[in-house]
Amino acid sequence: MNPMPGHDSARDIYRQALPVIAVSLIAGLFAGTILASETMRANIAEVPGLLLLLPAFLATRGGVYGSLGARLSTGLHQGVIEPRFRPSRRLTNAVVASFINGMTVSVFIAVVTYATLVAFGDGGSLFQLVGVMVVAGFLSAVLMISVLISVIFVGYRRGLDPDNVIGPVVTTLGDVFGVFFLLVGVAVVGAVS
Amino acid sequence: MTDPEPTAVDEWSIRRIVRTMIPLLAALSVLQLVSGTVLETYEEVLLRYPALLVLVPVQIGTAGNLASITCSRLTTQLYLGTYEFSPSNPALRANAGAVFALAATVFGAVGVAAWAIGLALGGSLALGRVLLISLVSGLCLAVLVVVASVAAVEASYRIGLNPDDTTIPVVTNLCDIAGVLILFAVVSVVL
Repeated sequence: MNPMPGHDSARDIYRQALPVIAVSLIAGLFAGTILASETMRANIAEVPGLLLLLPAFLATRGGVYGSLGARLSTGLHQGVIEPRFRPSRRLTNAVVASFINGMTVSVFIAVVTYATLVAFGDGGSLFQLVGVMVVAGFLSAVLMISVLISVIFVGYRRGLDPDNVIGPVVTTLGDVFGVFFLLVGVAVVGAVS
Repeated sequence: MTDPEPTAVDEWSIRRIVRTMIPLLAALSVLQLVSGTVLETYEEVLLRYPALLVLVPVQIGTAGNLASITCSRLTTQLYLGTYEFSPSNPALRANAGAVFALAATVFGAVGVAAWAIGLALGGSLALGRVLLISLVSGLCLAVLVVVASVAAVEASYRIGLNPDDTTIPVVTNLCDIAGVLILFAVVSVVL
């Protein structure tokens, strides 16, 4: 603990912030490597709109699952949910709501992306975009919800403050697996159609 | 008025969570389409130089991270009374100095990493170029993070809103978008 929180020097701030920034940097590099892989570049060239939806898709992962994490953390601190993997009304509701949010926003992004493509006269397929986003959104939801609950509950029982863990977990997993699941989504839609 | 002890709003109802979040998320995704449009415009360049594609997620994430650290620190210092809107204010100087040092560290490291990954994935961009793009866009971003955070904290304080509630979501998302815009402004100059 810093006794004088208002009087940190630039060096103190640098040292405190570097670990968090480094985590997001490593996650970003992993995500970037998947994005720049040969398969993904072929996908980007073949599927119109994939680059257009990428920032929105990554940003909403953070929004949906960051808020689920914050909600569970508040609930634990208030004592209204228990750190156990047992269905309770609040836990189930929080999970179901974040699943609905994640899926709704994924489909919304696909539709808005398609509308933008049409407006710019670039063509593109609504079925393909919605398909990719449903697959990527569903896989992200399953992964993020299960990892978040496990990390928060196990961490809390071992005395970790979940508020300090959620940020890095959501950023790292959200970015890395977000890009990877887009790749899976393109493959699945390609196999179906 | 009829109910002296109103029933607490159920913060854990599915309906309520979905209703609060969906408009925010929808607005956020429409805003992020601005970065998406820029990416789409540079599609050919990105496909030719994989090192630049590696830079994209880092650029998106780091800008927002630096902004959220700066905003929450400035807000805390505002409430502690150590912050003052003046170029000679020690708290402001320390924050700005730290943002520049962090940006130089991160974007220097990222430049080298993106070059190496790009090379492994069949790219041909020289180390000097990737490093130049990464560092110049990173330092421009640092300027933007400091200016935007100070402006947002100052503005929301003057309007009478708690900067903790307002500045972080707004500045974080704006800086994420600006990160991509700055990256491609620099790319179009350097390449």
